[in-house]
Amino acid sequence: MSVTLLLALALTVPLVGAVLIAMSHRKPNQRETVTLVTAVALFSIVAALTTRVLAGERPYLELLDILPGIPLAFRIEPLGMMFALVASFLWIVNSIYSIGYMRGNKEKHQTRFYVCFAVALWATMGVAFSANLLSLFVFYEALTISTYPLVTHHGDEKAVRGGRTYLGILLTTSIGVMLPAIILTAYLVGTLDFKVGGIMAGKVSDQMGGLLLFLFMYGTGKAALMPIHRWLPAAMVAPTPVSALLHAVAVVKAGVFVVVKLIVYTFGIGYLSKLTNAEWLLYVAGATILIASIIALRSDNLKRRLAYSTVSQLSYVIMAAAILVPISAMGAAIHIAAHAFGKITLFFAAGSIYTAAHKTEVSQLDGIGRRMPWTMGAFAIGALSMIGVPPTAGFISKWYILLGALDAQATAAIVVIVLSTILNAAYFLPVVYAAFFKKPPEGDAHNHGEAPLAIVIALTITASGTIVLFFLPDVPLALARSMVGLGG
Amino acid sequence: MIEAHLPALQIVLPLVAAPLCVVLRDARAAWALTLLISWAALAIAIALLVKVLATGPITYELGNWLAPWGIEFRIDGVNAFILVIVSAIGAIVLPYAYASVKAEIDEERIYLFYCMYLLTLTGLLGIVITGDAFNIFVFLEISSLSTYVLVSLGRDRRAMTAAYQYLIMGTIGATFILIGIGLLYMMTGTLNLADLAKRVPPIAESRTVLAAFGFITVGTSLKLALFPLHQWLPNAYAYAPSTVSAFLAGTATKVSLYILIRFIFTVFGASFAFDVLPLDIVLPVLAVLAMFVASTVAIFQQDIKRMLAYSSIAQIGYMILGISFASVTGVAAGLLHIFNHALMKGGLFLALGCVMLRLGSVQIEDMRGLGQRMPVTMAAFVVGALSLIGIPLTAGFISKWYLVLAALEKGQWYFAVLIVLSSLLAVIYMWRVIEAVYFQPVPNTDAARNAREAPLSMLVPLWILIGANVYFGVETSGSLGVARRAAAMLLGAGS
Repeated sequence: MSVTLLLALALTVPLVGAVLIAMSHRKPNQRETVTLVTAVALFSIVAALTTRVLAGERPYLELLDILPGIPLAFRIEPLGMMFALVASFLWIVNSIYSIGYMRGNKEKHQTRFYVCFAVALWATMGVAFSANLLSLFVFYEALTISTYPLVTHHGDEKAVRGGRTYLGILLTTSIGVMLPAIILTAYLVGTLDFKVGGIMAGKVSDQMGGLLLFLFMYGTGKAALMPIHRWLPAAMVAPTPVSALLHAVAVVKAGVFVVVKLIVYTFGIGYLSKLTNAEWLLYVAGATILIASIIALRSDNLKRRLAYSTVSQLSYVIMAAAILVPISAMGAAIHIAAHAFGKITLFFAAGSIYTAAHKTEVSQLDGIGRRMPWTMGAFAIGALSMIGVPPTAGFISKWYILLGALDAQATAAIVVIVLSTILNAAYFLPVVYAAFFKKPPEGDAHNHGEAPLAIVIALTITASGTIVLFFLPDVPLALARSMVGLGG
Repeated sequence: MIEAHLPALQIVLPLVAAPLCVVLRDARAAWALTLLISWAALAIAIALLVKVLATGPITYELGNWLAPWGIEFRIDGVNAFILVIVSAIGAIVLPYAYASVKAEIDEERIYLFYCMYLLTLTGLLGIVITGDAFNIFVFLEISSLSTYVLVSLGRDRRAMTAAYQYLIMGTIGATFILIGIGLLYMMTGTLNLADLAKRVPPIAESRTVLAAFGFITVGTSLKLALFPLHQWLPNAYAYAPSTVSAFLAGTATKVSLYILIRFIFTVFGASFAFDVLPLDIVLPVLAVLAMFVASTVAIFQQDIKRMLAYSSIAQIGYMILGISFASVTGVAAGLLHIFNHALMKGGLFLALGCVMLRLGSVQIEDMRGLGQRMPVTMAAFVVGALSLIGIPLTAGFISKWYLVLAALEKGQWYFAVLIVLSSLLAVIYMWRVIEAVYFQPVPNTDAARNAREAPLSMLVPLWILIGANVYFGVETSGSLGVARRAAAMLLGAGS
């Protein structure tokens, strides 16, 4: 099959799936089958594309000119390929999980849920494959809007309030800050294409470059740099599968993906490293890592703790990219994949606990590991990956980030990594310890066992994925290498 | 043969059809005739635009009296574009009007509605097509007087006071314009716009011409509802019949804006208005105030039609701001927004017309939970809202892009910031409605519980306009190309 056709398919399959899901409104079994088939089809297409991209092909597809000289166009490069691969694979697992979760909790409006999910994945593919900033912006906004009904799924006062924060921050930053930055770039440079080595060198003055960096970093609300991170904990009112795939993988990764993409393909690492006013990004990201970890440490609500852990892990990616040496940029790219597997496992576990035991607070989890060994086993693996302990994927990305930091002699970054590793351990390990080694509280009448099978299957897959990525990191490594131009 | 007379037919057809409606008296026949005429008007406008784009400006001497003595119709890239906007909104709104008007106006007065509607259309098209200053005033009066009647036909009794308010303010505006034109005639002895454009600049510094400029600018600003001369607009839009609100939102203020553009750029010249006179400060300041004050007021409205009316005042601010940059990109952005705003506001008002039909109210508390009852209508409302906010792939996004670009080109980055900030206010006032419609429980009233989807005759026009928002957000070479050419022509001819 021609590679362009594959690209076109990757961008249409989720939408077709969404339509078919909507048409299966009255038949839940058919609806869920369609979701699974769509997810598997999308992943197969993306996997086929991956082999081509690893072989050095760069498929390109141009649809139409939105503005003169700025088309709606797609080009697959290694970073986007990795993002799409991770998101589309986890969509399959997450769909299995969703079926167990949504049925187990008897959620309403399930069709709308699956439709919005498919549209969100479509937008994610668009973000991953965009060939220029304008196309990227289109899908970035589509992702925000398609996930809004998912955040407000429960429709109660709390959900609507969370949705307001979600939409408020994401739209304000994207329309209010990112869009002007894009227009300014178009005006100064004359093109918005993503190019290896960036497009700004020689065209944008240092002063403007600094301004643009600030606008882009704070315009990408989805990357959750402090202080514009509040939408992420607010989004936790959503059903857990949404928090798992969208607010641990697709949406937040779209954010840091945009950050890495901008640094590598729009600014250019070379251009930024000569900029005198770009260093702040390293410090802000470092501060975000530490502050978010401390908040996570103090949160008793499990999903909130995970959300703040995500905020902190996202800034790992930003900090890694901001170190501005190729090897740390590789670490940033790998961390997108590594964190995705680990964090989705943790969210799956949180949802599993909620479904089986109706517990949401960390302090309620004493001794739960004996009743839910699979769930808490997976949780432990996810937690180890967050801390960066081998044999989990988190170790690999942290290794590269550290190498980069040493290479660039970025002392601050090294200190942040060490401190945050301690903090990560401090807020994850007690949960694991309590679950397995503490006695369940007296009078806990909840006589529950493991969560539904679909949920257990899903979290087992992602937990194993976290370990498999440690032993077989070839694909992400190859993609990351080829992104920074060290050869595929 | 007939092709040569297209400019005359553009005006004559609706003008002749208007009294025919009175003769017909039957509501259905009057509607059918009006429908036919408004579609013909659109066809003619498109034919004229195509011809102008291909061969350059067209002039047409009425009754073969040569300009500058006779009345001349002169169609160039600018007014051909506006003609298409006005007649297209008219043509789309009319199929919709049938059910909506039937529900909102007494049966025995419906033929009068269509008669007045045709007269309004005549007036608006006439203002745009004519090349004669006094003729502009005449057509302005035709359209204004018939619009007052249209507004007063609203079911709400407050429509009467709204129409009265509009009448007073509109008359002051028209009088100012007339005084300005009179002063120009006194100084130059001509009323032909092209002729004025030649004769005014040499005597531009004289006090009489300055006064004429002042009168015309203030008069048109009143008619186009430039902040702070907008007081008549919210009530007029809120209490007029739904069809009228949609039609006027897309046409009336736009045509007044056209008069302003024509006088500033063609007759007086951009350098006179913006360099000699301080319009380069006055207009942007008023535009920015409109953007912020009107948007903020919109946030607090309970009546959604009224909210959209305030939003219109803010959007007029964008158009004025674009024009006040006096650069090709800026003027093109202003013209483009005239077009795009007609699409979005027309669509949104049509959606509210559907709500009015089924619910009998457009108060936000009555609209709670309507997303389930009228999914097709409310989905259209959401798309219209996204366009108004300026989300990519909608027409509103393209407008905003060019406005910000124009501000950056001028080096006035603070306007870029202000444009962006004010569009965030649109997020707030539109999202209030969307939250109420989708997330709040249905109120316990008969009307709310029994509300069902609007008829197809209303949904199709609604979705044509809403679909156009998406189409012109994706395929921009048409609208943008025309706007850019028109802007280049205005600036080339003006300086």
